[in-house]
Amino acid sequence: MAQPLVKKDDDRDDEAEYSPFLGIEKGAVLQEARVFNDPQLDPRRCSQVITKLLYLLNQGESFTKIEATEVFFAVTKLFQSRDIGLRRMVYLMIKELSPSADEVIIVTSSLMKDMNSKTDMYRANAIRVLCRITDGTLLTQIERYLKQAIVDKNPVVASAALVSGIHLLQTNPEVVKRWSNEVQEAVQSRAALVQFHALALLHQIRQNDRLAVSKLVTSLTRGNVRSPLAQCLLIRYTSQVIRESATSAQTGDRPFYDFLEGCLRHKAEMVIFEAARAITELSGVTSRELTPAITVLQLFLSSSKPVLRFAAVRTLNKVAMTHPMAVTNCNIDMESLISDQNRSIATLAITTLLKTGNESSVDRLMKQITNFMSDIADEFKIVVVEAIRSLCLKFPLKYRALMNFLSNILREEGGFDYKKAIVDSIVILIRDIPEAKESGLLHLCEFIEDCEFTYLSTQILHFLGDEGPKTSDPSKYIRYIYNRVHLENATVRAAAVSTLSKFGAMVDSLKPRIFVLLRRCLFDSDDEVRDRATLYINTLGGDGEVVETDKDVKTFLFGSLDIPLANLETSLKNYDPSEEPFDINSVPREIKSQPLAEKKAPGKKPTGLGAAPTGPPSTVDAYERLLSSIPEFSGFGKLFKSSAPVELTEAETEYAVNVVKHIFDGHVVFQYNCTNTIPEQLLENVNVVVDASEAEEFSEVARKPLSSLPYDSPGQTFVAFEKPDGVPAIGKFSNVLRFTVKEVDPTTGEAEDDGVEDEYQLEDLEVVAADYMMKVGVSNFRNAWESMGPDFERVDEYGLGPRDSLAEAVNAVISLLGMQPCEGTEVVPNNSRSHTCLLSGVYIGNVRVLVRLQFGIDGPKDVAMKLAVRSEDEAVSDAIHEIVASG
Amino acid sequence: MVKNILLLDSEGKRVAVKYYSDDWPTNSAKLAFEKSLFTKTMKSNARTEAEITMFDNHTIVYKFVQDLHFFVTGSDDENELILAAVLQGFFDSVSLLLRNTVDKREALENLDLILLCLDEIVDRGMILETDANVIAGKVAVNSMDPSAPLSEQTISQALNVAREHLTRTLFQ
Repeated sequence: MAQPLVKKDDDRDDEAEYSPFLGIEKGAVLQEARVFNDPQLDPRRCSQVITKLLYLLNQGESFTKIEATEVFFAVTKLFQSRDIGLRRMVYLMIKELSPSADEVIIVTSSLMKDMNSKTDMYRANAIRVLCRITDGTLLTQIERYLKQAIVDKNPVVASAALVSGIHLLQTNPEVVKRWSNEVQEAVQSRAALVQFHALALLHQIRQNDRLAVSKLVTSLTRGNVRSPLAQCLLIRYTSQVIRESATSAQTGDRPFYDFLEGCLRHKAEMVIFEAARAITELSGVTSRELTPAITVLQLFLSSSKPVLRFAAVRTLNKVAMTHPMAVTNCNIDMESLISDQNRSIATLAITTLLKTGNESSVDRLMKQITNFMSDIADEFKIVVVEAIRSLCLKFPLKYRALMNFLSNILREEGGFDYKKAIVDSIVILIRDIPEAKESGLLHLCEFIEDCEFTYLSTQILHFLGDEGPKTSDPSKYIRYIYNRVHLENATVRAAAVSTLSKFGAMVDSLKPRIFVLLRRCLFDSDDEVRDRATLYINTLGGDGEVVETDKDVKTFLFGSLDIPLANLETSLKNYDPSEEPFDINSVPREIKSQPLAEKKAPGKKPTGLGAAPTGPPSTVDAYERLLSSIPEFSGFGKLFKSSAPVELTEAETEYAVNVVKHIFDGHVVFQYNCTNTIPEQLLENVNVVVDASEAEEFSEVARKPLSSLPYDSPGQTFVAFEKPDGVPAIGKFSNVLRFTVKEVDPTTGEAEDDGVEDEYQLEDLEVVAADYMMKVGVSNFRNAWESMGPDFERVDEYGLGPRDSLAEAVNAVISLLGMQPCEGTEVVPNNSRSHTCLLSGVYIGNVRVLVRLQFGIDGPKDVAMKLAVRSEDEAVSDAIHEIVASG
Repeated sequence: MVKNILLLDSEGKRVAVKYYSDDWPTNSAKLAFEKSLFTKTMKSNARTEAEITMFDNHTIVYKFVQDLHFFVTGSDDENELILAAVLQGFFDSVSLLLRNTVDKREALENLDLILLCLDEIVDRGMILETDANVIAGKVAVNSMDPSAPLSEQTISQALNVAREHLTRTLFQ
């Protein structure tokens, strides 16, 4: 088979694009496949055609059902030939085609013949092919041969049968389980890979029997495992056994630890690494246990092989999350990796160093990173910037060095994403570390002097307008801002005008100077800039005197638009220019439920410029204003919390309804947002009838029906319930939408006079404990925790039962409590056996609550949790425990 | 254990690929993965030692020679050194089979050997063999079935068989 498919042609040697498959075409190859039917087979030619077919499949070409069947039948003819090379290509082709059950029968007998052939290669390959295409019924016929093959003298045959067994176990477990004895014999095989495959299969057969796995591990750890791959598997199984028996042996020595430690001296690197990694992942590993593993990983750090360095630094990076002290020994080796050719290694080294670093080493580290930053790609720079941001939040006292670093790299070359990451970081630092504010703002000012990204310039100008006037000397920013008016494009100029006027509104003493500047803007070449300048000159009032700014003007300048922009856009489009002016109050305020795809995007953590101050509060404000404008609800007091909309109908139904739960001290208001999706209908008198029989503490006090609901124009109806004051009452409500339907003539848009009463069943709605908890984060959890003090601390332990993963359990508890995860602790690293999660929130009655959750995996999947609550009120601490206990 | 093995050319086009996991359900998903992986790695120097990277929650080890790029992908919690062993096995056995002229042209001309080689290294994600000599040995077995009737053999093959018989009897 080593012959070239096409004779080498010397003339074409230099041609770069030369390929034996140049201009290959499926139809032609399928034609060529007719040679398979020749009475006198030419093995070499047939092999070539099969190679061409495989090439086409490999390039992503697909055969139609008919084509595949034809090729399959033609290929089966080739079993007549005794050419070994051709037969192997036939095996390959059959596996590629994965024939259907009725086609399989055609080749079964040929394959079974090969399975009993004297040629080992035939036996091994026939087993693999047959097991690949077979179904359960056929399997029982060949089971006898497979059992024999497992203990075959030839390792290739034995491995083929064992590997096929591993795959068959997924579909026909009961058959494969009968092979235990043979597999066990194969585990003792002298051939390395047979042992590896047998061990893998045996473990899979027994994986649900803890005792059997434990026995298997016990006997093998004492014995002699030849293959490094098998040894790696054994280490994995051993750590599994350790995990499952860990709780019983708290006496000190961990079972099998000696075995793992012994593997650190194995001659194969993959085994050493597997053992080291297994040790670092032991639950509750002690530093004494860690030391030997860290030592070998440290040796790997200076290996000449990138793979080895990567594996070691990645493992150490994980260890640094839980045991930063244990890794500090490697810091010197790690620092030399900062300049590693492989940037993944360098980045892992840096982030590890940033994790293990203490306050005193920050400065030195920053110096090193500065040198390194210039020669890495933007994506890695972003990782580093993020690591530095969290380091700065960890050591607020070091803000000066870190802020300097950020401002230096801000000045250097970089793409938009990288610059945005830096700007976001500076903004976060300004927000969280008050001392950093002034220097941070100045760095941003310098940046916009020479910023090529309009988006970033406008965002920074906006931020400057909000924060600048509150600083000790607001006037020093004016120059930077006014420079923008001279030097930038229209978008930035307009933003600068708005920022200037914010300074004018907030700082009365600056007002006359701002006025002069704004007047100059009246001669700008751009409409928007001139319009804004005119508008602000008029709203600021006072004709340039030092006077206090009107409160309304301030709300106008700084308040957020409480109307969803999409709704405003639709309303403006529908507005006919006429005598009647556009009324902004006619714009529906309710947020149309977004399609699923869009929902995901804003779900990302809101950091930096785009989010924070104007983000979440504005919807709450909007709701509050909306509710207080309804006389029935105006006496309920201050709105505590509004939930996110909960869908009460499936997508794409006739009427789309979602509900927002508004929680007050003594009341709950359900806001049903309804949309009519049928153009031929007009709904009137829309009402939701709520059955609160499963919510005993609630009683209905008021409702506000919706008088008319035309097609595709969302409207709201409200129902209010009274509940005991300040008590987090929970309950379940069933809802029916009731209304009068009127037919609408789609051509004229006019509704008929008489309607029909109708109703529409909605899904149930629940008020849960999390509804009484407001997500309010804290920037430094530890400080907040300490200052709250242990007076009203309540600690208890809970078993959460079997869970899919630790992450799933953590998320379940977070959503049960409805609190804000702090410091990114909601993310559970892969494969970790324990996790600590920090939550913060405000409970109804405006009581601050902090929660520290410690999770651990106990047994195979059982998750246990220790819950520590601190709050300003004993009863609230108890209430949190009650939520968890009853959830 | 192994999610895919890829052999691409110096422009990122497929020479031979084999996927073992359903992380990439469609051909276009596979092509997209290959393209971004290729762009990400093309600048690195993986000619003397195998290199490694993380990408889309996969661990990928790779090695280049001439105009050929070899990749082995595993899940992100796989032992990196095991993946490297698979890569080395693939790389070395291809070198043996192509008699050290390892380039795209030679690989395409002997695509059957490359495909058989892939088939002998990993079976549906399970590692079959990593020793290059064993893999190449299994792929290169190329004589006629000794039990085949003489009429089906060519003269030279018959002579070969005869010679083998002779040497065997002589050395006994």
